[in-house]
Amino acid sequence: MNTAAENGHVIQTRALTKRYGELRAVDGVNLEVRAGDVYGFLGANGSGKTTTVRMLLGLVLPTSGEAKVLGQPMPTARRQVLPQVGSLVESPAAYPHLSGSSNLALLDATGSDRSPRSERRAKIRDALDQVGLDPADRRPVRTYSQGMRQRLGLAAALMRRPTLLILDEPSNGLDPQGIQEIRRLLLQLNAEGTTIFLSSHLLAEVEHMCTHVGVLRDGRLILQERLDALLRPTGLVAVRTPDIDRCSELLGAVVDSVGDDRLLVRADDPADLNAYLVGEGVRVDEIGPYRRSLEEIVLEAETRA
Amino acid sequence: MIVVELIKMIRRPRTWLIIGMLVALPTLVAILLAVTDLGPRPGTGPPFLSAVLSDGTLFPLAALGVVLPLLLPIAVAVLGGDAIAGESETGTLRYLLVRPVGRTHLLLAKLLTVVAFVLLAVLVVAAVSYAEGRLLLGKAPATGTVSLSGSTLTQQDLTWRTALALGYVIICMLGVAAVALFFSTLSGSAIGAALGTIGVLIASTVLLGLDAAEALHPFLLTRYWLAFVDLFRDPILWRDVVRGLVVQLGYLTVFTLAAWANFGTKDIDD
Repeated sequence: MNTAAENGHVIQTRALTKRYGELRAVDGVNLEVRAGDVYGFLGANGSGKTTTVRMLLGLVLPTSGEAKVLGQPMPTARRQVLPQVGSLVESPAAYPHLSGSSNLALLDATGSDRSPRSERRAKIRDALDQVGLDPADRRPVRTYSQGMRQRLGLAAALMRRPTLLILDEPSNGLDPQGIQEIRRLLLQLNAEGTTIFLSSHLLAEVEHMCTHVGVLRDGRLILQERLDALLRPTGLVAVRTPDIDRCSELLGAVVDSVGDDRLLVRADDPADLNAYLVGEGVRVDEIGPYRRSLEEIVLEAETRA
Repeated sequence: MIVVELIKMIRRPRTWLIIGMLVALPTLVAILLAVTDLGPRPGTGPPFLSAVLSDGTLFPLAALGVVLPLLLPIAVAVLGGDAIAGESETGTLRYLLVRPVGRTHLLLAKLLTVVAFVLLAVLVVAAVSYAEGRLLLGKAPATGTVSLSGSTLTQQDLTWRTALALGYVIICMLGVAAVALFFSTLSGSAIGAALGTIGVLIASTVLLGLDAAEALHPFLLTRYWLAFVDLFRDPILWRDVVRGLVVQLGYLTVFTLAAWANFGTKDIDD
């Protein structure tokens, strides 16, 4: 913990690589996640996200490179590190013939840091409450819907009040309302000091929640940046107009790029630009400062790579 | 950890289903014997079965003789095969390991749980068949039970020899448990691991019947299983019992180590 606090890194990997035969599932990845971040780990299915998560948790051993979690090397220090980490790996899992709370009780009891019986019940109740499951529900997990299983998985991750949450696709199987609830819960935990490392293939999810973004493609980390830096104003103004040719002719050198019905123009003030164009008789459908969406940024990074 | 694994086993309906099956077969045998009064001729069929008609107190041993060659080892293969592969199938293995539970620790807890199951199963079979023997089959001769060597055993003698035999049967299952556990770390499928173990048992039985494999016989997993019969000779014939213990401990050591070596460094990517 101390070393983690010193450099502020909660997760740090150096040239982390996993090869399966010829295939480089994860290839020289340098992750940097600092305390208090909500880190969105993006990538298509099969890009190596899950393998990376598994290496962070000591489930899969790296072929080369190193991973530090909470300042300590994994998997060597898993006994010290993992009790402070809550995780959801790929999909939630539970014993189907037992109830949700029995599952949590068994899971808690397996660790050397298990809670005393009296505290365990309260902990389980709190965790189930937090994720919106009924602690009094005695039905076996077999009868749970996918959304309920996902919530149970999250409850298991939250139960020990970890300092770091590593969540692989946390909104899988949840309905839109459930996604909202879980997002609110995670942001609240983050506000209370929990660092969250969240892997996802949903750009919108990451754009809504995260402070930092890392993008994995074919096992390589092609982008790692603060989200607000990525989304900051570009100094460009987007103009949508049916008179695209005339408009670009008029503006000449300040035009950055021309699309089918949209121009990107280097200009400081959209209002001035609008007044000028309208004065010249150009019909303007829409005008405003141009911000790139995360989707565009990711696509651009992927084309570069 | 071991306590949690034991609770998991006890709370699993399947455990009781298997024990139910293990009890059902000797029960059927007892009923058939009682109704027809037709025992196998002495020296044929499962051990003690010809004797139980006249002496019901021997029925626990006859019952073990009935379940030992096939039913009990298959039950152990199924449970042992499920140990790691079953957790892997439900996906709970990764959550146990990030809890964190040490891999060696988990493996040992699983092995001990299988042993505990064998203990439970053998005791239940012995208890039920004892009751059945007393109720359905012949009363013990007033002079005491007759040993396989023809001498008479006192009630006390019979009790401790029976206890010894139960212990021996439990130890006989250790080898199967270790083999199943090894396959369980190898395969992602519980059924696959169980079938692999049953394959080993069948191979062992086939080789036992083959004279050409005689050099291998002393090392086969199933070779000395029925040696518990020798505990009822007078004096006790220890040779095969001791060899049986050595073979089982050998299998236990080799396959537990193999399971540990494989599981300790295995990538968990189910």
